Amino acid sequence: MSVECRDHLDCLSDYVDGELDPDLCAEIERHMAECGDCRIVVDTLRKTVSLYRRYGHEDVPADAKGRLYAVLKFDRQAAAEKPRA
Amino acid sequence: MEQKSDTSQLEEAGLIAALKAGDQSAYAELVERHSPTIYNLALRMMNDREEAEEVLQETFLSAFRAVGRFEGRSQLGTWLYRIAYNAALMRLRKRQLPTTSIDEPLQNEEGDLIPRQLVDWTARPDDILLTGELRGVLDAAAAALPETLRGVFTLRDIEGLSTAETAEVLGLTETNVKVRLHRARLALRERLTSYFTPSGAGGGQVGGAYVGRV
Repeated sequence: MSVECRDHLDCLSDYVDGELDPDLCAEIERHMAECGDCRIVVDTLRKTVSLYRRYGHEDVPADAKGRLYAVLKFDRQAAAEKPRA
Repeated sequence: MEQKSDTSQLEEAGLIAALKAGDQSAYAELVERHSPTIYNLALRMMNDREEAEEVLQETFLSAFRAVGRFEGRSQLGTWLYRIAYNAALMRLRKRQLPTTSIDEPLQNEEGDLIPRQLVDWTARPDDILLTGELRGVLDAAAAALPETLRGVFTLRDIEGLSTAETAEVLGLTETNVKVRLHRARLALRERLTSYFTPSGAGGGQVGGAYVGRV
């Protein structure tokens, strides 16, 4: 990666998140039009983020939830049947 | 802090009042609403399902004992996630094990953050997904993150908290949250590239030696 690529590196998460200052954004896009390496880094960074957003979350396992309710001495059914106003 | 809508602020105020009054359905609602994020934060911090479950239990036990003193200076979620994060940190300290993997060369110095793997694999994961391996790949890469990056990464990119709320939960500045998130993403990108690139380390093992192409 060139010195110019390294200069842009710190901004790439903000760029991917759409939170980068428009001037810097335009600068990065000008650079990427000429730099295949940076295009790859941005594309794979964006894909990395989207994979974790889509598949990273795990539901609390049902048995773990049951044990949590037991520890907290909740009557889960009663709580569910009597929703708070 | 993000501005919450009037409705959600009212709901929050009602929930706090009900909790302080000892309303069991309010306690249950708190658990239903916040246990997913607490569990995921604990799971990514501990990399151990059993310990994540224990952190989840500890968090609510502590919170319920302390709810009478909750002053509402932060959102209930922020308060709970901070309790969970501190509980996870205490456990990590007790483990007294090296806190970062010995094959973790990426975060040691600023210079190490420079991307080494420059192969475009963005079209590949869907194929891998069909084999059912993707989640394991993502988990292994995230498990290799240093502790200092795990909380930020989980709250921002997995649980979708704002930068401001993440900063409040973890006791960091917003700038620090952004820096840590960026470092986490670069490290994960590097590891996923190792996996998703045919010539990647070990032909698909995450966490092996890095095969630089630069």
